[in-house]
Amino acid sequence: MVNQQTPIIDFDHFTFQYYSQAEPTLYDINLKIFPGEKILIVGPSGSGKSTLGHCLNGLIPFYYKGSSQGSLKINGVETRDLDIFRLSKILGTVLQDSDGQFVGLTVGEDIAFAMENDCVPYAQMHERVDRVAEMMDIAHVKGLSPYELSGGQKQRTSLAGVLIDDVDILLFDEPLANLDPATGKTAIEIIDDIHKNLGKTVIIIEHRLEDVLHREVDRVIVINDGRIIADMNAHDLVSSDILRQNGIREPLYVTALKYAGVGVTPEMKPGHIWSLDTRGVNEALRSWYRSVVPPPPAPPRPPLLTIDHLSFSYDGVRPTLSDIKFEIREGEMVSIVGKNGAGKSTLAKLMCGFEKEDQGAILYKGENLRGRSIKERAEFIGFVMQNPNQMISKNLIFDEIALGLRLRGVGEQEIKERVEKVLQVCGLAPFIEWPISALSYGQKKRVTIASILVLNPQVLILDEPTAGQDYRHYSEIMEFLREINQAGISVILITHDMHLMLEHTPRAIVLSEGRQIADTHASVVLTDPVTIAAANLKETSLYHLAQLAGIEDGTQFVQHFIDYERVSAQ
Amino acid sequence: MKTKLFSYNYENTVIHNLSGLIKFICFLLLTFATMYTYDIRVTLGMLVFSVIILRISRIKFSQIKVMLIYVLIFILINAIFTFFFAPEHGVTLYGTRHPLLKLWGKFSLTQEQLLYQVTLAFKYLSVVPLGIIFLLTTNPSEFASSVSAVGVPYKASFAISLTLRYFPDILRVYNDISQAQQARGLEMSIKAKMKERVKNSLMIIIPLIFSTLERIEVVTNAMDLRGFGKEKRRTWYCKQKPRPADFYALGVSLVVTLAVAAVAAFLNHGRYFNPFI
Repeated sequence: MVNQQTPIIDFDHFTFQYYSQAEPTLYDINLKIFPGEKILIVGPSGSGKSTLGHCLNGLIPFYYKGSSQGSLKINGVETRDLDIFRLSKILGTVLQDSDGQFVGLTVGEDIAFAMENDCVPYAQMHERVDRVAEMMDIAHVKGLSPYELSGGQKQRTSLAGVLIDDVDILLFDEPLANLDPATGKTAIEIIDDIHKNLGKTVIIIEHRLEDVLHREVDRVIVINDGRIIADMNAHDLVSSDILRQNGIREPLYVTALKYAGVGVTPEMKPGHIWSLDTRGVNEALRSWYRSVVPPPPAPPRPPLLTIDHLSFSYDGVRPTLSDIKFEIREGEMVSIVGKNGAGKSTLAKLMCGFEKEDQGAILYKGENLRGRSIKERAEFIGFVMQNPNQMISKNLIFDEIALGLRLRGVGEQEIKERVEKVLQVCGLAPFIEWPISALSYGQKKRVTIASILVLNPQVLILDEPTAGQDYRHYSEIMEFLREINQAGISVILITHDMHLMLEHTPRAIVLSEGRQIADTHASVVLTDPVTIAAANLKETSLYHLAQLAGIEDGTQFVQHFIDYERVSAQ
Repeated sequence: MKTKLFSYNYENTVIHNLSGLIKFICFLLLTFATMYTYDIRVTLGMLVFSVIILRISRIKFSQIKVMLIYVLIFILINAIFTFFFAPEHGVTLYGTRHPLLKLWGKFSLTQEQLLYQVTLAFKYLSVVPLGIIFLLTTNPSEFASSVSAVGVPYKASFAISLTLRYFPDILRVYNDISQAQQARGLEMSIKAKMKERVKNSLMIIIPLIFSTLERIEVVTNAMDLRGFGKEKRRTWYCKQKPRPADFYALGVSLVVTLAVAAVAAFLNHGRYFNPFI
């Protein structure tokens, strides 16, 4: 299938620099992609991988301006001589934010968008939409709004909108960024099926390596600092040190193998969990499993927040939450997980007093919060939104963090002291004079956390704190939250992130359709099929590894992995 | 669902199935007629008419409750201000003075003022359902296609359609931001002084603008990548051919408007209905 003679995409000493940047973002890129190949491009944030994608689909230079040297040919034609419209007939792009990219009001209309712009006549347009919708298995939802679809159907819709043009190349720009684990898995399967059945050339840009490697890829390209670091198959890459050196998370099962003292080699086919051959190392895994000594359980601390048989409905008919009950203890770090619409955000809103419960109660140190206003609750329960841009309203970091105190009429001298202390804690002290617009996304996130911490809350609720973050930023944020947690603040995380649950929160509460279906160890949640299905999670690869090694209690294996990490972190 | 409160929702009714452009013209005609007349009998008739249309469109009271409350508050405040700024305006208009109630100082309520203000309140009250009907029963995409069919550049009509679509989203984001900022101590209730409230509302509006700009960048990219703006014209997936119902609706609106004009011209000899002479 692969034609070695003529590459469909050919970067030749290609360099690109944005007009707004002092340095080139891509340096001397040499890369050939052949028809029918499936390529994964990985790299941390700011590595240049998105810029590479924009050069391919024409957003550079159509939307983002800059200058380039060298050559980039697609289908043998220099891209400089093409425009974004002609490029879009050869290469179709599926953007990362599937919700943001729907242009049509219904699924059918969204699929038709490219044809509308091509002035395709009405009857022909409808006929072709029907055909593509049929092929992508979304014909039955053609009249629905894209927002009413399940995650998998949304992916199919955005793919259908691109496939309608019969492009040769499909480019996926961080397809997993906003998806829960189960939907992410489905998305990778859909992409793989399209690749196999239609013979398209597929390029996936993503930093979540293990999730993409759920299915086969031909080559993995690693990019960092604007240069190609590696161009090899998955087995060689995973066996090397390249991932660690470049801030990309290695697959979890590889980490476990390393903990067990196993040298991972390409011969073990470690690129995918399903191709991994552990025959030579099973004994090593088993003896490591037996050797892990769980740390002694921490003495139980008094409950801080008690959710007592809580029920709530927005419309008085359909319950959004029913009979939720759990306790958050002092100094605990807990995950709340569940599908979109399971009631996680609503639960947070009730705790903050944005909405009022219909039945049951929320108690703080034994006191019912029912009569307390939003502002009063904020003195002990802090809430950090997912998107920092939705919280920031000042130009300077100092003013932004001081805002809550100024609104409370605290004296300037005290404000200065408290803000400076929080800036220290959050590692933002060097930036005190900086305008917020100059900060990175992760730093902005810190500013919003700092602006809540300055109010001295005892409980901090964070909505998807790691969404869209690469491994380095993820680690930074979680490290930071852990420090706050160790300082005695209880942290509640609303999340889809399985790594976060596994590595940072010993306990997870699972919601499904407004009901609490589990409140247990993260290791149990991530290995129990019923909970996994209800919360749109997926089984952790550690569980598969345990099965491969013949370890019967997979859940216990995962727990030992967690314990081992925790002990070695200390 | 909260997000559906102010947004278009398809139902199979005559009103929903009308062409967007026709609906818009009817809306303009009927609004003009209602705003033109100061005849309480006509105004009440228009109110009944728009409530009937509201029922035909199967719009539920729960969908418009919040909007109605705001409108009622507005009408009330407006009425109070109208009275205190010009308590004798009715007298000037109708040319007679029938005192009803002596209030205090120079303020007294006259029959003329009462009629004038009641008419005014009902005028507002009957225009509002028309606006609600247009907003809740018009498919933004179909509206864009029909507007562009009469010669409006398609980029402009598409922009209108996108605005209509994202309006509910922006409202939701506004709500989220507002709650998060209140948690930081922002006082948005009447307890705060006017100057403070204006300053405080910036704390919501600035993040709203930035997060909206973020979304706009995503949508623009998605549209560019799929060839939006390539040709001088474009075709529309949800284009709708004019149907008999469209002509009937236009006819009814025209007749109503002409009737209102006729009442003014031949019966009242002006915009005002004057029972006092």
